Amino acid sequence: MKLHGKRMGALTALVTSLVLVTSACGGTGGGNGDKASGGSGSGGSGSSGEKISVTFLPKNLGNPYFDTSDKGGKEAVQQFGGTYNEVGPDTASPDAQVPFINTAAQQGVKALVVSANDPKAIGSALNQARSAGTKVVTFDSDTDPQYRDLFVNQASAEGIAKVEVDMATKQIHDSGEIAILSASANATNQNAWIKLMKADLAKNHPKVKLDAVVYGNDDDQTSFDKTAALLQSYPNLKAIISPTTVGIAAAARYISTSNYKGKVAVTGLGTPNQMRKYVKDGTVSEFALWNPEDLGYLAAYAAKALVDKQITGKQGDTFTAGKLGKYTVGADSTVLLGDPFVFNKANIGKFNF
Amino acid sequence: MTTTRSYQSHQHPIWRRVLVTPEVAVIALLVLVVVWAETSVPNFSGPLTFPFLVLDAAPILLIALPMTLVIVTGEIDLSVASVVGLSSVLVGMLHHDGMSIPVAGVIALAVGLLCGLLNGFLVAYVGLPSLAVTIGTLALYRGIAVGLLGTKAVTDFPLKWTNLAQSGFFTGRLPYIVVPIVVLGVVFVLLLHFTSFGRGVFDIGLNSEAAHFSGVDVARTKLVVFAATGVVSAFAGIYYTLRYGSARGDNATGLELQVIAAVLLGGVSIFGGRGALHGVLGGVLLIAVISSALRLENVTVNVINIIIGLLLVLSVLSSSLLAWVSRLRSAGGVGRGRSGPRARRVAA
Repeated sequence: MKLHGKRMGALTALVTSLVLVTSACGGTGGGNGDKASGGSGSGGSGSSGEKISVTFLPKNLGNPYFDTSDKGGKEAVQQFGGTYNEVGPDTASPDAQVPFINTAAQQGVKALVVSANDPKAIGSALNQARSAGTKVVTFDSDTDPQYRDLFVNQASAEGIAKVEVDMATKQIHDSGEIAILSASANATNQNAWIKLMKADLAKNHPKVKLDAVVYGNDDDQTSFDKTAALLQSYPNLKAIISPTTVGIAAAARYISTSNYKGKVAVTGLGTPNQMRKYVKDGTVSEFALWNPEDLGYLAAYAAKALVDKQITGKQGDTFTAGKLGKYTVGADSTVLLGDPFVFNKANIGKFNF
Repeated sequence: MTTTRSYQSHQHPIWRRVLVTPEVAVIALLVLVVVWAETSVPNFSGPLTFPFLVLDAAPILLIALPMTLVIVTGEIDLSVASVVGLSSVLVGMLHHDGMSIPVAGVIALAVGLLCGLLNGFLVAYVGLPSLAVTIGTLALYRGIAVGLLGTKAVTDFPLKWTNLAQSGFFTGRLPYIVVPIVVLGVVFVLLLHFTSFGRGVFDIGLNSEAAHFSGVDVARTKLVVFAATGVVSAFAGIYYTLRYGSARGDNATGLELQVIAAVLLGGVSIFGGRGALHGVLGGVLLIAVISSALRLENVTVNVINIIIGLLLVLSVLSSSLLAWVSRLRSAGGVGRGRSGPRARRVAA
């Protein structure tokens, strides 16, 4: 048996090497085919500087949100005549992003536009890339400021609070009772927004009364139940604001199948794919978020401005981002995309994320 | 039947039996791929490629060493990535609570040892199948890791230590992590290929009962290889934490499959009893070089996974294919079709 095994082993080895060598040759062929495009890419990013190579590194691939943002990035890069490339891991973990950052450094790409899976874990890889001459722009999710040249922020807390109050008060003609369905009671972002919303309501909307703030814990069923409880406790309720994508979808689902439909408005922060059917059936007339496509577009132009040395990331630097117009760098090397984007029946068909 | 075959196999000259092995095939393929990448992949020959490659492959390389011993005994350990995660969380939490990195590291290693001992005890002394045991502890250790730290991450590690995990000799060209890799590599090569303990590891994989009757302490040997896997995984966890400067419960999720893939690609038989560490080293580096080169070619991660998966399937398939071909040939020689299976039974 043993000797038999040995003979087997030798034969195995022969076939293994044959098969592997063949597959290696196949790989070489494919590689050479790829090389044509890869070669031209790196040629374009050469020191002569005629083409700006920009690599987008989202949190993970196959994520509709980043598909949308990177589409905007691609459009921008093509507009200014650069070379666009999108790479990324299949899971949204920081260690999986590091090899791609390393690769960008090796390739000497001019700019890397990244949505960080961890504010710190990818930091040293980013700094290595920067010392290799790559400009680093973060978008959507920032790293600690010392690891990047610029952060393109999708929305400010003030902007989000204001658009939510505006959408709700407009629908109830600036008078009546409203409630807020938030995430968890200690969610940092939501609490900051709620505080700003309360201030805005008190100052600018004296006839609007905030009955209650309830917490659905970003859980679909809990949010659904809390919506039901709100409507029973406050029979005069005219609008629900939910500053979380889970909450707004659950509230809309409850109301769309109840007799409150058309009587109680639902608005807040949501994504078009989750909210599409509630907008179509009239439960929701409008909701807000930012436009990921514009976010990617702006990030690409910001990267170009850094590469062109038009800006350095210093507060007060200005640059023009194609169709979006002029932008100014704020504190902590941050550029703000602008006011949140309002989705409604007229424009929701254009978005898929 | 059996004797005929034995004589035939000895007719091959010795150089052929030494050189024509799966290990050499993998290393040859590695050389080919490196030559291809150096000559035709843009930027592969740059100064950053090697250090990045080593830094990325280090956890897999480290864990593959003891994992080879586990698989040669005919067992498997699927819990290694969870031990990495648990060790990472422990280092993070203990450091966050004011402990120095070396002390926290020693505690993490001790916990890794305990994890490995538990696996080994359940497999070797209770007699449970390692596949089931380590699927269980995969969930158990990961659960503890995530439970301890929740969704938070500890990131306030001293620069001195995070730099140590990323920099190297010759201004970073040769990462410091190669020192533990080489030391552990030498230890495991000596242990597996040059000691009676190692001989026992192979014997257990070939035939556990025969090994027992020839004087191998089967249970103790298994306990030792699982314990070693636990400790080395914990060490990989410490490195992982410092390299990425981030201790998280979900660190290194799925790493166990990369380790096992590399070990099998390196010519180690999943049924136990056969394998060599130089092949495993080749397997780990082959996957690392292919990934690195394809990333430089802007090939997407899904395609890279497909290529590595196919390579693994082919390498495992090639041995089965060969067995089939040689069965056909011997069957043809004796008297067609039906004597094939019978011949096999006789030989076995």
